Amino acid sequence: MADASSNELLEAPLVIEYPFMRTTGPVIGAFLTGLRDGRVLGITGADGRIVCPPVEYDPMTGAALTEMVEVGTEGVVTSWSWVTTVREGQPLQHAHALALIQLDGADTSMMHVVDAGTSAAMSTGMRVAIRWADEREGLISDIAAFVPTGAE
Amino acid sequence: MPPYDNDRVAVELTNPGWSQPEIHVPAGGGDGEPVQRIRVPAALRYRYNPGTAATEFLLALADKKLVGGVCPETGDVYVPPRGMSPAVGRPTVGTVEIGPNGTVTTFCVVHIGFGVNAPPTPFVSALILPDGASVSLYGTILEIPIEQVRTGMRLEPVWVDDDELTTSFENIKYWRPLDEPDVDPEQLKGHM
Repeated sequence: MADASSNELLEAPLVIEYPFMRTTGPVIGAFLTGLRDGRVLGITGADGRIVCPPVEYDPMTGAALTEMVEVGTEGVVTSWSWVTTVREGQPLQHAHALALIQLDGADTSMMHVVDAGTSAAMSTGMRVAIRWADEREGLISDIAAFVPTGAE
Repeated sequence: MPPYDNDRVAVELTNPGWSQPEIHVPAGGGDGEPVQRIRVPAALRYRYNPGTAATEFLLALADKKLVGGVCPETGDVYVPPRGMSPAVGRPTVGTVEIGPNGTVTTFCVVHIGFGVNAPPTPFVSALILPDGASVSLYGTILEIPIEQVRTGMRLEPVWVDDDELTTSFENIKYWRPLDEPDVDPEQLKGHM
């Protein structure tokens, strides 16, 4: 039992958390549904380019977009940085790359983590593939990580 | 992700006032319901240091005691102690043990509970004046029908089991009625 006469000064973790529930809308909802089903969906832009992750409105013209298409589950790293200090809540709890990944069939890149082991294994232009989460529930975390192709 | 028990529909929009065109999704997906909502909790993580006065209060709670800070001019006892008297703006002079029994100064019936420790609704949340204190503490009143709760009724705290005691106000699980005569509400004026 603590001694009230001591000079001990208490300290405790204090977490203020807002449990937001957000509606996804039809486009992001379809993207997340696709992840749950083990596939990745993009959307056809006004100029025919495939935007992935999909957006509801064309990035250039603002027109509402409706044509979703399936893209690959492998792709190319277009940019990356190495994360050595991992923070709580990040997808991987060991050193990893944060990368922009252009999936096969897509014309834009998505940001995700690459579980490459060491930064020496990373390079722009390298090919990576999705490592799916053991249980998929319709969240971006259904993609546990990307891994260099041939690694799994 | 932790479970949340308070999901509820606050309002049904009959006319959303906006629309999006139908989306075409290529065949080949699963049979499950489309995803329409996701949880995106946002958290701010702090290390909280309560300071010397509140530390004393919290350490006393670990011994199932309540303490307050004494105003140097009026003698009023403030709980929880903050190290100063809000009435005169000067440091309090020492702490004294109060309660733990107390008196209801005001209360309300809660119909929408929140937090992991909220009791089933409806329940009574009250301001409770510990014996010897000049201001009231928040507490939950159980073990009595809500329509029988009244200002002036006497209460005692119900503590968690001894092996669950920590330096936390949550050591008091709730308050329950004492078989004692009510306090005249006139005596409670100014002590909410």
